[in-house]
Amino acid sequence: MSSKAVRTGAHFMSGDEACAEGGMAAGCSFFAGYPITPATEVAERMSIRLPQVGGVYIQMEDEIASMAAIIGASCAGAKAMTSTSGPGFSLMMENIGLAAMMEVPCVVVNIQRGGPSTGLPTLVGQQDVMQCRWGSHGDYEVIALSPESPQEAFELTIEAFNLSEKYRTPVVLLSDEVVGHMTEKVIIPDSKKIKTLSRKLPKKKPENFIPYAHEEDDVPPMAIAGEGYHVHATGLTHDELGYPAINADAQERLVQRLIRKIRNHAEEIIRTEDAFLDDAEIIVVSYGCSARAAREVVETARASGMKIGMIRLITLWPFCEKKIAELAALERVKKFVVCEINAGQIAYEVERCAGGKAETILAGFMGGRIFTPEELYRVVREAAE
Amino acid sequence: MKIRFIDAEAPPASRILENLAAGHGDHPLDRYLKKGRIPHIWCSGCGNGILLTAFVKAMEKGNFDTKKTVVVSGIGCIGRAAGYLDLDTYHTTHGRAIPFATGLKLANPKLNVVVISGDGDLFAIGGNHFIHAARRNVDITLICSNNFNYGMTGGQGGPTTPLESKTTTTPYGCSEHPFNLVYLAKASGAVYVARWTALHTHELRDSIIHSVNKPGFCFVEAITPCPTAHGRRNKLGDGLSMMKSYRDNSVLTTELDPEDTAIGLKGKIAVGEFVNIDKPTFMDMYDECAICRANAPKKSKKS
Ligand SMILES: Cc1ncc(C[n+]2csc(CCOP(=O)(O)OP(=O)(O)O)c2C)c(N)n1
Ligand code: SF4
Repeated sequence: MSSKAVRTGAHFMSGDEACAEGGMAAGCSFFAGYPITPATEVAERMSIRLPQVGGVYIQMEDEIASMAAIIGASCAGAKAMTSTSGPGFSLMMENIGLAAMMEVPCVVVNIQRGGPSTGLPTLVGQQDVMQCRWGSHGDYEVIALSPESPQEAFELTIEAFNLSEKYRTPVVLLSDEVVGHMTEKVIIPDSKKIKTLSRKLPKKKPENFIPYAHEEDDVPPMAIAGEGYHVHATGLTHDELGYPAINADAQERLVQRLIRKIRNHAEEIIRTEDAFLDDAEIIVVSYGCSARAAREVVETARASGMKIGMIRLITLWPFCEKKIAELAALERVKKFVVCEINAGQIAYEVERCAGGKAETILAGFMGGRIFTPEELYRVVREAAE
Repeated sequence: MKIRFIDAEAPPASRILENLAAGHGDHPLDRYLKKGRIPHIWCSGCGNGILLTAFVKAMEKGNFDTKKTVVVSGIGCIGRAAGYLDLDTYHTTHGRAIPFATGLKLANPKLNVVVISGDGDLFAIGGNHFIHAARRNVDITLICSNNFNYGMTGGQGGPTTPLESKTTTTPYGCSEHPFNLVYLAKASGAVYVARWTALHTHELRDSIIHSVNKPGFCFVEAITPCPTAHGRRNKLGDGLSMMKSYRDNSVLTTELDPEDTAIGLKGKIAVGEFVNIDKPTFMDMYDECAICRANAPKKSKKS
C-alpha cells in the first residue's frame, strides 16, 4: 500500500531525494537543516514532503542549531533528522556529542564533498570518515552507514532510523556527492513491507523509573517529554537518575556503558557485501561511490584470472574488525587494496586490523571526481605483481 | 587489542531510590523540585535562587500543567536551574538551549517550553539563535539571568558586561559596548519583553506566568546579583548590598523607548514591561502556509 509517507512504486530519483524518501518511510516527522551543496536536495524534498504528513520542516540559522533542534524534537518523541555536508558536519560535532551523551536517537545525513574547509562544494570526496568516527570530543561510539546508490540511500536511511531508535544514539548516513546527485531507479516497497523500529519506552511508573538504569542490552528505555516522567537529561556526566555527577565513578559507569552498548552489538550492526572471498589473495575494500568503480575492476581482474575479492562496507562504523583480522590471518590473503577518495582513512583501520599479517595498500586521491576503472585496475595489477 | 576497562558497577535500583526523598517536603515549595537535588550549587548571595523561586511561584500561582511544562537551559551557573525543577528538564550545550527548545516545541506544540539561561549563554555563543527564534516567533518563553558576566567560569567579561566594568578578562575595565537585551529582544521580534531585578520577585513571577500563557516568543530579563564574581570585582558589595542598589536604582517605566533602557555599571535600571503585542507564531504560520497548502485538494488545470 502506498501512503502519504511511503510513495510505493518505481521512481527515477537522485540519492538525495531517495534519502529524504527513506526518512519519510522510516516515520521521520521533524527535519531541521541549513542549505549546503550537495545535500540541499534532501532538505528541499523534506520541505515538500513533511507538511503533507503534518510533520515539521524548519530551516535553522546554522547547522549547530539544526543539530540541537533535532535532538530537542527527538526528546519530544519525534523521529528527527538533518542533512549537511562537510562544513556543516563540522558545526554539528558539538551536539552530536550531546546526542551521544544524552542518548537521543536522531539521524544525520552527510553528503560528503571534497575538503578541507569550503573545499569542493559541488564535487565529491570521502574525507569525513574519521571525523564521523572521532569528530566530537570525548569517547563515544557512532554508527555510520554508506550507500552506493540512490536505492541504497533510501534503504539505509530507514536502517539509520531503526538503529538510532534501537540503540538510542545518533546515526550518520555518510553518503557522498556522487551518490547524492546521481539519478537512478529507486523502488519504494509497499509500506507494510518496510520494517520500522521505535525506541523502548518506560514500562515502570514515573516514581519507580530510573532514566539511565543499566539494562541487559545497555540501552535504557527513553521517557518522552510531556508524559509525566519528569526526567532530567544533561550533557554533563550523570548518574543513573540523569543528575549531574562530576566524579570518576559516575564517568566510568556512564561512558563505559555508552561504549559497550555499541561495541557489544557490533556484530549485529555491521553489514558488508562480500564477493569472491573464498579464494581471494588480494581483497579490495571500498564503499560509497568508490565501490561502484571497484566492483567493475574486481570483476574485470577476476575474468582475467586474478585471485581477487572484494568487501563493500555498508556500515563504516562500527568497523568490521573481525572480518579483516580473520581474512588477514589466512595464509593465502596477501594484500588489501583500500579504494577511497581521501588520503587514507578506512585504510588505517584495515591496516590496524590486518595486524601486519597482510599488506595494506591505499588507492586514494584527494577528490573532485570518482575513480576511473583504468587507474584502479593499474593499482590492483601492481598489487598482484 | 585486548581491552581491560577498570571495573565499574552500577548500584542496584533500590539503592538509587533509597534516601532520595530524605528531607524532601520540609519546605512547601519542595513539591515543585526534583527529589534529591538540594542543596543547589549557587553561592550565598547569588540571585539565581531568587529567580528559581520566582519560577516555582509562577508554576504555583499560574497553575502550570507540570506534565506539559518543559524547561531547557544552556551552560552556566543559572543553567543548573533546569535540573532542580520537578518537570521534564534538559540541560543542553553552551548556547544551544534555544534551538533545542525550538525542536521540542515544534515536535510537540502541546508542550509549554521555557528556556532559563544566562546572559553569556544566550547572547554570546547563543546570540544568533536568540535573534532567529525571536524573528520566527517560536512559541517559547525565555528567561535570562543577567549578571553581567560569566559566573560559572569565574567571572569573565561577556556581551552584557557594562563599559568600564572589571572582570577577570577586562582587568582594566571593559572597553566593549554591551548589548541592551530589552532593545535587542524588541528589535528581533519578541512579542513580550519585560525586565525586572531579583528584587522584583512578584513582578518576575507575574511576567513568567504571562509569558508562558502568551503565544509567541516572550522574553523576561532578570537582573541578578553575582556577588562572587561581578559584585566583588566592581566593589558592589555582597548580595544584600547589590539588592539594595536595585531598590535604589530601579525605575519602573512603560514610557521609555527600549532603545533608551541600556544599563551601565552604576546608575538607573529601567524595569517594567516594554513590549506586549500579538503576532502569529511560527506554528500558526506554518500550519497556514505549509500544512494547509500541502494538503489542499489539487486544482484541475482546465478551469
Ligand atoms: C562551547 C563551550 N565554550 C565554553 C564553555 C565554558 N563555559 C561554561 S559556562 C560559561 C559562561 C556562562 O555564563 P552565563 O551564561 O552568563 O551564565 P552564568 O554562569 O553567569 O550564570 C562558559 C563560557 C562551555 N561549557 N562550552
Ligand atoms: S558565581 Fe555568581 S552567578 Fe555563579 S553561583 Fe556564584 S554568585 Fe551566582
